[in-house]
Amino acid sequence: MVKIKTADELNKKFLREGMWPTIFCNGCGHGVVLEYTFWALEELGLDMDKVIFSSGIGCSSRLPGYINADGLHTTHGRAIAFATGIKAADPDFNVIVFTGDGDCAGIGGNHFIHAARRNIDMTVIMINNFIYGMTGGQLAPTAPLGSIATTAPYGNIEHPFDICNLACALGANYVARWGVSHPYQPIKSIKEGIQKKGFSLLEFLAPCPTAYGRRNKLGDIKKHWEWYDNNTILKEDLEKIMKYGSEQEKEQVKDKIPLGVFQDIQKPGFFEAYEQLVDRLKEKESKSIGGK
Amino acid sequence: MVCLMIEVREDWCKGCNICIDRCPVDALEESDILNRRGVRPPKLKEKNDCNFCRLCELICPDLAITVFPDEKEKKPVKKTLLTPVGGKIK
Ligand SMILES: Cc1ncc(C[n+]2csc(CCOP(=O)(O)OP(=O)(O)O)c2C)c(N)n1
Ligand code: SF4
Ligand code: SF4
Ligand code: SF4
Ligand SMILES: [Mg+2]
Repeated sequence: MVKIKTADELNKKFLREGMWPTIFCNGCGHGVVLEYTFWALEELGLDMDKVIFSSGIGCSSRLPGYINADGLHTTHGRAIAFATGIKAADPDFNVIVFTGDGDCAGIGGNHFIHAARRNIDMTVIMINNFIYGMTGGQLAPTAPLGSIATTAPYGNIEHPFDICNLACALGANYVARWGVSHPYQPIKSIKEGIQKKGFSLLEFLAPCPTAYGRRNKLGDIKKHWEWYDNNTILKEDLEKIMKYGSEQEKEQVKDKIPLGVFQDIQKPGFFEAYEQLVDRLKEKESKSIGGK
Repeated sequence: MVCLMIEVREDWCKGCNICIDRCPVDALEESDILNRRGVRPPKLKEKNDCNFCRLCELICPDLAITVFPDEKEKKPVKKTLLTPVGGKIK
């Protein structure tokens, strides 16, 4: 029988304890995503000397600092660009990016788009709290319509970015969205994302009681966490209800945010294609030398 | 009697009470210890209803909780059939 580890044993292995406790506010969802990542890494049994983390700027981007492994805490929006550099230098590394919705979908949007399009082998864990948490609550491009932010005091009128939809359209190999309050599916999904060759995106909807919840009157921590349970639905359930449900049922679920795995394909990643290109050219060259 | 199934790193707890709110069998409550943040970390209630589901351990944002079966108390814990990643224990 496999012995199941306890959180304490996991913390001893993966946590940089000197940095703990976190800077995160009470009830912030970021720590949960870190914990789920630990369980996924434990289950995968990767050599942690071959795993590098990269992050930009924001509360979410602080996560690599808490992990007992190499990490780059880079400039705002550039985590994916640095991660591409690590991969280019040594494709043997497993690169995991922690980024926020502002960092990834806002200032880093173009890096995200092109890394996904080129299908660069990395796992991007984007923690979406609908806001720029670290700088005090400016409007993020992912904020739902009507959200209140310091830069949208009368409510957001801009249509939010659906980052999973975007990644699917760009042909990323693995795309999933989860909440933080149910552990099993997200842990399994992080595992799948890391194992996948090519670009993987995992979006986490994480509560930010301080900058988002408080301003949007979502109540105390308990109520704020419940908002996510009440406003999300498993993608499979949503599809079934939209197909076979009554008008009333459809009305109830149509505005909920779908969770689940949206794309799981096996397009060759950039570095696989690059290696094939190099091999092809080498072969061509050796043939032409041989023919002389 | 002190129950040993739940271990809390008291200095790590921020007092969000998510563990208490989310425990499926309502087995936890605030303790009377005040930690240095001035919050009361959770503890098991006097009547130990914990079924070792490990949700509180997995969901605590500050990684403060560890759950393990108590050998001394010989409580008939429901053995978890799943590993934290949802796979069956081999
Ligand atoms: C070039 C640059 N522009 C702006 C900032 C200020 N800044 C720091 S964090 C941040 C927003 C981060 O938002 P997000 O990625 O959503 O992270 P969160 O704090 O919400 O987790 C901004 C705008 C910066 N550090 N650098
Ligand atoms: S501001 Fe929001 S995202 Fe940042 S630590 Fe606080 S709760 Fe978390
Ligand atoms: S979930 Fe963790 S931080 Fe929150 S009250 Fe429970 S032990 Fe404390
Ligand atoms: S292990 Fe499960 S039943 Fe036991 S206290 Fe934690 S959440 Fe409750
Ligand atoms: Mg954010």
